[in-house]
Amino acid sequence: MFNTHLSSRYAKPILKFFIFSVAVILAIAYKSKNDKKAEYVLLSEIRKKDSIASITAFKKVYSVLMHPRCMNCHPDGDIPLQGDESRIHNMLPQRGPDGKGILTMKCANCHGATGVPGDATPPGNPHWHLPPADMKMVFQGRTARELALQLVNPDLNGHKNMEELRLHAEDTLVKSGWNMGGDRELPPLSYQEFKEAWYEWIDNGAYAPSN
Amino acid sequence: MPVYTININGENKQVDVDSDTPVLWVLRDSLRLLGTKYGCGIAHCGACTVHMEGDAVRSCAYPISAVGDKKIVTIEGLSENGDHPVQKAWLEHDVPQCGYCQAGQIMTASSLLAQNSNPSDEEIRRAMNGNICRCATYTRINRAIRTASKDM
Repeated sequence: MFNTHLSSRYAKPILKFFIFSVAVILAIAYKSKNDKKAEYVLLSEIRKKDSIASITAFKKVYSVLMHPRCMNCHPDGDIPLQGDESRIHNMLPQRGPDGKGILTMKCANCHGATGVPGDATPPGNPHWHLPPADMKMVFQGRTARELALQLVNPDLNGHKNMEELRLHAEDTLVKSGWNMGGDRELPPLSYQEFKEAWYEWIDNGAYAPSN
Repeated sequence: MPVYTININGENKQVDVDSDTPVLWVLRDSLRLLGTKYGCGIAHCGACTVHMEGDAVRSCAYPISAVGDKKIVTIEGLSENGDHPVQKAWLEHDVPQCGYCQAGQIMTASSLLAQNSNPSDEEIRRAMNGNICRCATYTRINRAIRTASKDM
C-alpha cells in the first residue's frame, strides 16, 4: 500500500520532469542545427548579394549581346539584321512562327550545317534560327537595365530558370558568334571572357544595372 | 579527297571532291548538270537554287559534306518532260528575258507551291524575295506562279 501510494504521488512530477528534459534537449539540438545553418546561409547570402560584381560583369556581357554578331538575330522586328552595320537582311527573310523562316525562305536554305569558304558566304550552324514569334527576345534597342531584366524573366527569356540561363552560354548558336568566318568583326570579348562574365553576373545575383 | 555518294534527281552518284566544295560545283563540274546557274556565290541571288528534301536550298553555299542522305532535285529532274505546272506557266506567260535566273526562279516557285498550293500575292512576294532577276521580269514571274497554282 505504501509503495502504491508513493508511486502515484511521484509519478506526475517525474513525468513532467521527463517531458521538460526532452523539450530542453530538442530545443538545444534545434538551436545548434540552426546556428550552423545560419552561419552557412550568411556566407552564401553575402556572396549572392554582391551587386557591384554582378553589375560590373553585366556591363561586359551587354557589350557582347549588343554586338552585331549577337544582336543581328535578336532584332526589333521580324526580319533579321545582317553585317557589321546591322542592316536589314538581304532578301527580307521572315522570322516565321518557330523562328526558322517561312516556306522557301527558311534560314537553313542558305545557312547550312556548315558554311563554305569565302568572306561573304553565309555562316553555317545546324540550328540557325531567330527566337520564335511568341517570344522574340529582342536585344536591339534595349538598355542594359532593360536587357538584364528581360534575360532573368522566364516569361521573356524562353522559359529558362537561372540554371538554364547560365547554361545558355554553352549553346552552339551563341558560340557561333565567334566563328562566323570571313572578315566579320568579332564581339568585343573573347568567348572565354564572355562566358566568365556571364557566370559572374548570374552567380552574383544577376542584378540589373540602373539606367 | 573523300568520295561522297549523293542522290541527285532520283539516282545515286559518287563524286570525289573536297569536303567544303559547294553542291553547285559538284552539279556543274563533276556531274555536268549545267541547268543550275552560278550567280553570286554567296547565296544572295537565288540562281543556284535546287531542292533538297523539297526545300529551296542555295547550292552555292551548301557544302557537299553537309548533304548526307538528303535527296537533291535540280531543274533537270523537276519533271520528266518539262511539264511541271510551273514550267508550263513559264511558257504560257513567256516569262524569261535573258533566262539566266529562270532555273533558280522555277525551283523556288515549285518549292513554294509544293508547300502552299494556293499562296496569296504577299506570300508569293515573300517566298520569291531571294531570287533576283536582273531583267526585272518580276510581274511575269508572279503571274506565272498564280497560273501554276491552279494546276497544283
